[in-house]
Amino acid sequence: MKHIDAVSHTRGESQFVDDMPQPSEMLYAAVFSSPVMHGKIIALHVQDVCSMDGIVAVLTSKDIPGENQIGPIIQDEELLASAEVCYVGQPVALVIGTSPEIARKGVRKITIDVEQLPAITDPKEAFSKGNIIGSPRTFILGDVEATWQKCDLVLEGVCDIGGQEHVYLETQRARAIPLEENNLCIYSATQGPSAVQRHAAKVLGLPGHNIEVDVKRLGGGFGGKEDQATPWACMAALAAWHTKKPVELVLGRADDIKMTGKRHPYKSDFKIGVTKEGKILAYEANHYQNSGATADLSPAVLERTLFHGTNSYFIPNVKIFGVCCRTNLPSNTAFRGFGGPQGMFVIESAIAKVAEKLDIPREEIQTKNLLKENDLFPYGQQVGNCRSLLTWNKAVEKYKLSEIRKRVEDYNKTHFEIKKGMAVMPICFGISFTTTYMNQASALVLVYTDGSISVSTGGVEMGQGLKSNIASIAAKGFGIRDIRIKIESTNTTRVANMSPSAASATTVLNGNATLIAIGQVLDRLKSMVAEELGVQDKGRITIVNEKVLCDGRETDWTWDRLVQTAHLNRIDLSAHGFFATPEIYFDKIKEKGHPFAYHIFGTAIIEVTLDCLRGTYDIDSVKIVHDLGRPLSELVDRGQIEGGLAQGLGWMTIEDLSFNEKGQLLSGALATYKVPDVYFMPDDIELTFLEDEGNTLGPYGNKAVGEPPLMYGIGVFFAIRCAMRAFRPQREFALASPLTPERVLLQLYAD
Amino acid sequence: MPLGELHGKHLVTIEGLNMDHLSPVQQAIVDEGATQCGFCTPGIVVSLTGYLMKDKIIINEEGVKKTLSGHLCRCTGYRSLKQSAFFLKDTVEGHTGIDTLVANRMIPDYFPGIPDRLRKMQSSVFGAGEKSTDYFIAGGTDLYVQKGDLLPESKVHLLNLHPEMKAISKKNGYIHVGALTTFEEFANHPDIANAIPDIQAYMSRIASLQIRNRATLGGNIINASPIGDMTTLLLALEAVLVLENDAQSRTVPITSFFRGYKQLDKIPSEILADILIPEFPLNTKINFEKVSKRKYLDIASVNSAMKIRREDGIIREIGLSMGGVAPVPLFLKATSHYFIGKQVCRDVVEGAFSIIQQEICPISDIRGSVDYKRLLARQLIIAHFTKLFPERVAVRDFYETY
Repeated sequence: MKHIDAVSHTRGESQFVDDMPQPSEMLYAAVFSSPVMHGKIIALHVQDVCSMDGIVAVLTSKDIPGENQIGPIIQDEELLASAEVCYVGQPVALVIGTSPEIARKGVRKITIDVEQLPAITDPKEAFSKGNIIGSPRTFILGDVEATWQKCDLVLEGVCDIGGQEHVYLETQRARAIPLEENNLCIYSATQGPSAVQRHAAKVLGLPGHNIEVDVKRLGGGFGGKEDQATPWACMAALAAWHTKKPVELVLGRADDIKMTGKRHPYKSDFKIGVTKEGKILAYEANHYQNSGATADLSPAVLERTLFHGTNSYFIPNVKIFGVCCRTNLPSNTAFRGFGGPQGMFVIESAIAKVAEKLDIPREEIQTKNLLKENDLFPYGQQVGNCRSLLTWNKAVEKYKLSEIRKRVEDYNKTHFEIKKGMAVMPICFGISFTTTYMNQASALVLVYTDGSISVSTGGVEMGQGLKSNIASIAAKGFGIRDIRIKIESTNTTRVANMSPSAASATTVLNGNATLIAIGQVLDRLKSMVAEELGVQDKGRITIVNEKVLCDGRETDWTWDRLVQTAHLNRIDLSAHGFFATPEIYFDKIKEKGHPFAYHIFGTAIIEVTLDCLRGTYDIDSVKIVHDLGRPLSELVDRGQIEGGLAQGLGWMTIEDLSFNEKGQLLSGALATYKVPDVYFMPDDIELTFLEDEGNTLGPYGNKAVGEPPLMYGIGVFFAIRCAMRAFRPQREFALASPLTPERVLLQLYAD
Repeated sequence: MPLGELHGKHLVTIEGLNMDHLSPVQQAIVDEGATQCGFCTPGIVVSLTGYLMKDKIIINEEGVKKTLSGHLCRCTGYRSLKQSAFFLKDTVEGHTGIDTLVANRMIPDYFPGIPDRLRKMQSSVFGAGEKSTDYFIAGGTDLYVQKGDLLPESKVHLLNLHPEMKAISKKNGYIHVGALTTFEEFANHPDIANAIPDIQAYMSRIASLQIRNRATLGGNIINASPIGDMTTLLLALEAVLVLENDAQSRTVPITSFFRGYKQLDKIPSEILADILIPEFPLNTKINFEKVSKRKYLDIASVNSAMKIRREDGIIREIGLSMGGVAPVPLFLKATSHYFIGKQVCRDVVEGAFSIIQQEICPISDIRGSVDYKRLLARQLIIAHFTKLFPERVAVRDFYETY
């Protein structure tokens, strides 16, 4: 099945929030934000703005009728700063005007007096000053302290990991429509409609049922709209509530980059102990997460860093410590991989250090330590259905790893300033929200008397192909053609209490909920037709290609007749399905449990060419073996893998967030913040899928695919490093990302 | 792009490409799964369709990438997009060009009638704008990025309504390049290709096709960005600028045109009309280097150009320029002078390192730190000589101990 929206996308007919026809009298909001990193607000000067033509209102924290609070995990985040500002770009006031240009012009006229306070941008400095969020976490397996002395080699190192801007092409936006009696409808580009509903209700002091949130689709999310779509939707709602007019708030790119959080930068220390053969006996890591100014989702992101701190390897003695450090930067947030990539980068760095010390290829250490069935993760879960070695070996054989290695080495022997580099990157990524209660979803399935079907779920379409997956599941579930299925917008009045579309789990959760709802309708239909056919056991009835079969033989019942007859017989043709992932739990006191329904595995081989004179590089190829399960649509899943890979490659190389000492983002535009383009991505991308490795939990054997492929991109860091070492074999290189051409060149010629 | 420039033109958006059925471009994107969130898709459909509108296009990798180069897609990773363009090869190869596309129902049938309809709609003459103006706008490709909020409320003069400033011709030992010549027009002109044989390769590293179709050489010079790519090239070529003020005109060498950060040897009412590139003797060699964070579609950290001519192994003429290392696009006068009368060998090139470091004064900014830019200055001098004289010097000579 193809992407269900593909046709309307190519015709430019797909509607995003601000493509919907404009209601009359619509107003537009723009945001005034803090110009400084940290300080007390002394005065806010808005008089000049209020008198401008076309300005309808200027709203501040004082105008919030409910609670000025939108923190999702910890209540530490104001919608509009009231007394203190904690980062450049923190929203302080909202200007409402008759056009977006007028509103923005109004914003430029606002001035603020701030008594500046000391600011922190470094997570380790924040930690040393006690500026942390929540409690530090530590996962322990075995006993590292008792093991160091048994190791032949113990190495320590430091990683400095950069953040990443989401660059969803559709910036943050929302439109709020006031309805009768204090009801509001919010069209929001959010991955979490229920979060928007909850917080808008709280901010306005209204019950949740007064707020309807509707999401048709997003122009990309990648985690950046999981929690951080909420403020803009709440602001639009606040403005609509005050003005009694529809209000739209669309962030321009510069405001979006300035005001929203990114992937968390980390500073991490590690210590690794190995035998002389390269078997890892002990590993210790301390992760200092740069959380930014508020908690946002940081504690959950940190947790996943710990969960994935040993990536695809079994290490018998592990101690991983992590802490969320509060700094004066925009609050960092969810981004595809959700803390996992940072944890993996550090263990891969440790392995690189060992390999470099032993002067053997990195993959020789990796292969000796890969997870095997029933191995224990530091968090107490045993690995089941382990595909770690399988994907590794398949990649090694199919892509002829030893030949690649030899080719690289031969090339480097005969070339001086151009060097090739390669790296292998295995991944192991746990599927489920690590916050167990979030692993639930609902679906509403409505069958109309003409046989057409409407499906609503709590999942949001953001390009990942959710609608296609759900339509495919529903068509298979009913045994009818997929053109019968329409996937509705995601709406809080049809599905309540949704988890955000995140954690790669949207299809598995919402697809299963859909199947459960379908099962109820089918059960009723089959009971009816069994009776009509005089069959005792309704289990003998199936529907295939819109025909009703009994014992696999055709009857004179079709889907159309079935539905029409059921309606005449007053049988309910609608159902609500609810799914909760079974058997998962986690004990945060013991830091042990079974947090993941299953794991996704894969192995990538990445080759690069480095111009050691100029410090620039090309990614030559990425060859992947991926544990895909049985895809609902291979086309859709391939797109997820390639897109995730691109973001991972960009994160490790050219996507460089640079702040000055005033906390202003220097790379605050697409002219300065560089994401992969058509030339950056290699032409040679090969994907091989493990065949028939189904998954009992996923609908029709489907496996989660959204996040894991991003982490293949980590390999490019080590491939470039491999080429750098070929040019300067004796040098120590930093484990600092992104590995920009600047970092490459300065390190190659540090002397 | 200023709205005023649409006067007398027909603007095609995605809506103007839609037919009852999907066009081959739309169908290929659907079939290859090359659209995910859909936000960037309409622009890509328009660009790929534009690619096919040229007659007898051979669809190849370079052309496809060039067409897609100005588009960012955050979802697909581009493989499927490239693939959908190659897929077009089977459908439309040899059948490109507007009339053929219309005949094959690949674009709507109103296209061939556009010129006629525009002629019939002739309206009163549309002025380029006041002569007393806040901004003269040529391509506007940087101006609209830097001053996007201010321009709509400013008085502007649209230079592109002066087509006479676009011609390229040879006269009196100079190639005359009209200041409004776009980057693409410049690179595709036979006289330029003849004079600067690798111009296409340099050009591919500058902006994107869409921007190069707008950006002008004159705009690049007058914008006076210390890192302007074409400016750096023209500095090494020691071009001469022709400035006009009403009927008056005067010439000024580009090497002395830049006085300070965005300070020019030009009064506000003067307009850069022509750029004169001296025709060089046959044995002149030229090289352009650019290092940027993203290899394509990015602004340079440091760029540099060199024009060099030897006689009997002795350097007789040399022009070296560098961008991103000073408040102005820099002509490396002292470094160039140093090379005159010398041979190309390692020791001579190394001897320039200390001179160039004195001549440049980079600052740390988003394009790179001072240390990086100073290091790049050295590396790019090595790059010029090793690329142009591989028989004389190799990179290895400079880093023997590595």
